[in-house]
Amino acid sequence: MNTPRKTWHPYVSPFDPCKPITVKTYSTPPNLYMGFQPPGLEQFTPMQALRTGTLWKAFYDPWYSPYEKAREGQQP
Amino acid sequence: MKQMPAEYYQLLEQLQAVDFVLVDLTLYLDTHNGDAEAIKQFNHYAKERKKLRNAIESKYGPLMQYGHSYSGQPWNWDDAPWPWQV
Amino acid sequence: MWVYEKKLQYPVRVSSCNPKLAKFLIEQYGGADGELAAALRYLNQRYSIPDKVIGLLTDIGTEEFAHLEMIATMVYKLTKDATPDQMKAAGLDAHYANHDNALFYHNAGGVPWTATYIQAKGDPIADLYEDIAAEEKARATYQWIINMSDDPDLNDGLRFLREREIIHSQRFREAVEILKEERDKKKFF
Repeated sequence: MNTPRKTWHPYVSPFDPCKPITVKTYSTPPNLYMGFQPPGLEQFTPMQALRTGTLWKAFYDPWYSPYEKAREGQQP
Repeated sequence: MKQMPAEYYQLLEQLQAVDFVLVDLTLYLDTHNGDAEAIKQFNHYAKERKKLRNAIESKYGPLMQYGHSYSGQPWNWDDAPWPWQV
Repeated sequence: MWVYEKKLQYPVRVSSCNPKLAKFLIEQYGGADGELAAALRYLNQRYSIPDKVIGLLTDIGTEEFAHLEMIATMVYKLTKDATPDQMKAAGLDAHYANHDNALFYHNAGGVPWTATYIQAKGDPIADLYEDIAAEEKARATYQWIINMSDDPDLNDGLRFLREREIIHSQRFREAVEILKEERDKKKFF
């Protein structure tokens, strides 16, 4: 199973003035792992598909803002 | 002040959902033109969209013009609201 | 030809009158990786791409115009009836001086759209790789815009648009695979 979010640890200098971010992340969405899409993949219902922006569940990879995550009580 | 009723938004969202399936299937079929199951599904939803489109147009006026929709009397294509206004 | 349909692709909503959000959202309207650039890029490349992938470029290019209308709707709603004072407070004073509340094809920094944002090399692989890169750049732009927005309704629409970039990238990657095949043939499943 591939994870859509990857992390890395950038070098931190004692002379960096901004509060260092020790873990950085970036997005690797599902299309990077799919190859040529096989037939018959599991689908959303039409209303779910509209709401998510994809007919096929395998491509669903939503992005939330730090504000939305804070409201949900998650780590930003 | 003219405002659209709740039913308009519901009908519109149903059409948007079916049309979304058709858009995503179109792009899929552009690269998978031999997938018979997907083509069957496409034609099924193409039929569905006709029903929804007729339901909306009979109450709220034409969705397309240049003759892709019938016109009411008087000409009602250019009636507000436009999509970005609703 | 093209025929207009009097509906948005997705039910766009915004939560509040907030010209500040419009100021950076305009990046996806008239910016280098925005929806206008995307639509014009694909619809222009299709004239010199192999027949097998013309349909895909046509259909994705057409969908991009639907996305352009969604972005326009968001900007329109975020700034509709905003007073000159509100525009000024949002940092849109320079925009207001030139355009009032009108939309214009420029990026978040106010630089007008230019054809130099798009490429047409005439080489199918070069063009499709450009398209894949454009989709990934647009996806990233949506991420950065969502990160700065605390408007849940706006983010809902932006998430839809970001997801579409993922699908478009997937299809362009498949188009490259189709062009690698030895000769014209249909794929059966």
